[in-house]
Amino acid sequence: MRTAAVAGIGQTRFAKNMGRTELDLAVEAIGAACSDAGVEPRTVDGFVSFHVEQVSEVDLVTTLGIDELRYMARTPSGGGGAASILGLAAMAVEHGTAEQVIVFRARNRSKAASYGSDPNQGGRPWAKSGSRLRDFRQWHHPFGVAAPAHEMALIGRRHMGVYGTRAEHFGMQAVAQRFHASRNPDAIMRDPITLDDWYAARPIAEPIRLVDCSLENDGAVALLVTTVERARDLQAGAIPVLGHVQLGAPIHTELSDFFATTAAYGEHDSGAVVAGRRLFGRAGITPADVDVAMVVEPFSLTVPLALEQYGFCGMGEGGPFIESGATRWPDGGLPVNTHGGSNGEAFVHGVNHLPEAVRQLRGTAVNQVEGAEVAFACGAITDPSGAVLLGVDR
Amino acid sequence: MTFSVPSPDAIPRPDPSGADAEFWSALRDGELRFERCAACGTLRHPPRPVCAHCGSRATEWVTSAGSGEVWSFTVIHAPTLPAFIDQVPYGAVVVRLDEGVFVVSNLLDCPVDELTVGDRVELVPTRVDDELTLPLFRRA
Ligand SMILES: [Zn+2]
Repeated sequence: MRTAAVAGIGQTRFAKNMGRTELDLAVEAIGAACSDAGVEPRTVDGFVSFHVEQVSEVDLVTTLGIDELRYMARTPSGGGGAASILGLAAMAVEHGTAEQVIVFRARNRSKAASYGSDPNQGGRPWAKSGSRLRDFRQWHHPFGVAAPAHEMALIGRRHMGVYGTRAEHFGMQAVAQRFHASRNPDAIMRDPITLDDWYAARPIAEPIRLVDCSLENDGAVALLVTTVERARDLQAGAIPVLGHVQLGAPIHTELSDFFATTAAYGEHDSGAVVAGRRLFGRAGITPADVDVAMVVEPFSLTVPLALEQYGFCGMGEGGPFIESGATRWPDGGLPVNTHGGSNGEAFVHGVNHLPEAVRQLRGTAVNQVEGAEVAFACGAITDPSGAVLLGVDR
Repeated sequence: MTFSVPSPDAIPRPDPSGADAEFWSALRDGELRFERCAACGTLRHPPRPVCAHCGSRATEWVTSAGSGEVWSFTVIHAPTLPAFIDQVPYGAVVVRLDEGVFVVSNLLDCPVDELTVGDRVELVPTRVDDELTLPLFRRA
């Protein structure tokens, strides 16, 4: 089987109220990824994105003048799919289904702006669900639990109750990421914050405070995935995909199932505990070999949960792991979200975390982890998600 | 901080069909009922067409004793749904019924900042109007 590699990365500016369509944003990011690699956009033969993506493959084929589209795939779910999309692209390349696959996500999330009537376009989907509930919302909304922040808060508080994790632990990750963002010219939030600022921040749904939350902004990100051999011939070189997994874990929007499934984490195998073992086993490495991690975090509390389940620390030790400074660049042993993440750089459903993993392995990151050779990236742990491992080309 | 149910004209309400409708219908009679596999006895919630444990489609309904523990809780501030915005901050809980299933709910009589995970609670079917009764809880 062939080995896939990232050959190009591209992104738009990230900002609020950019006033541009998702198609416009996607085309810019895809063009940037292609010119990073030095290929013509019309030679792209695959697209992978999220199930909620509003830019259609058909629009991209006609807009970019694609010669022959051989592969289209989408994955659930929101930020859960951020790493899975790269895995799906790698799989198509590994099996010879396609040669040059674009992974992308374009969002126009500004509250005031919307270019369509789909609940996933503009504003907050949960606020548009109406007063007659025919689906999973009937189990949450009558009790005033509707926003992802509400659901994540209930997940985070459970972790606190079981393991003694403190809300400040989540805050410390938020503070670390804002420090990372303060050095990143592409970041929306350039002012660093202290833990005192975290304490002073408005509570959203306790233990979540405003600065724990992902930003609401517009922007698009794209990556070009091809074979490692072809990537070596292209101008930016190859960042090989060492492994990828998906996991059909339960989702925060269905908490009865979420807690039924996660009730016994640590007692028997579930969720990313199993998927992580499969990921590292296939790649022939261990979490200790990872130099830098991109952990998609709609809210900062998902970072310790993900680090635990993927085996970077023991179950329940995610809070103290963060408190030790392990996730903070430059001194931490496992810097996490070195671009500033979703509360610092931008929220593009976590797909902006993937180019940062590539920059770290190219040695071009603003907050460069010295000698980084292996990068890990995972989707939001509170959704059906997945993870990838990337490495330097040897 | 006590919780009061939003007014009938404001509250987002289930508009269920099939097994979901049976769940809400039982609440109108003051009972919290869950689906139980008639073959192996495993409870499940929300309702599903098959038992995830043994694969049987044979299903019966069982009435919960209404006792459980606080599995998790939060205090919700703005932004939230319009029906609830007047009473922020308010508490929300996840309750694990002793039968082993989980529900999202609210506590009627207890400031959630006094709660801890594991606190005992009991069911209080709380009528909104003729159509809707909510499975709320109070501290046992
Ligand atoms: Zn059964």
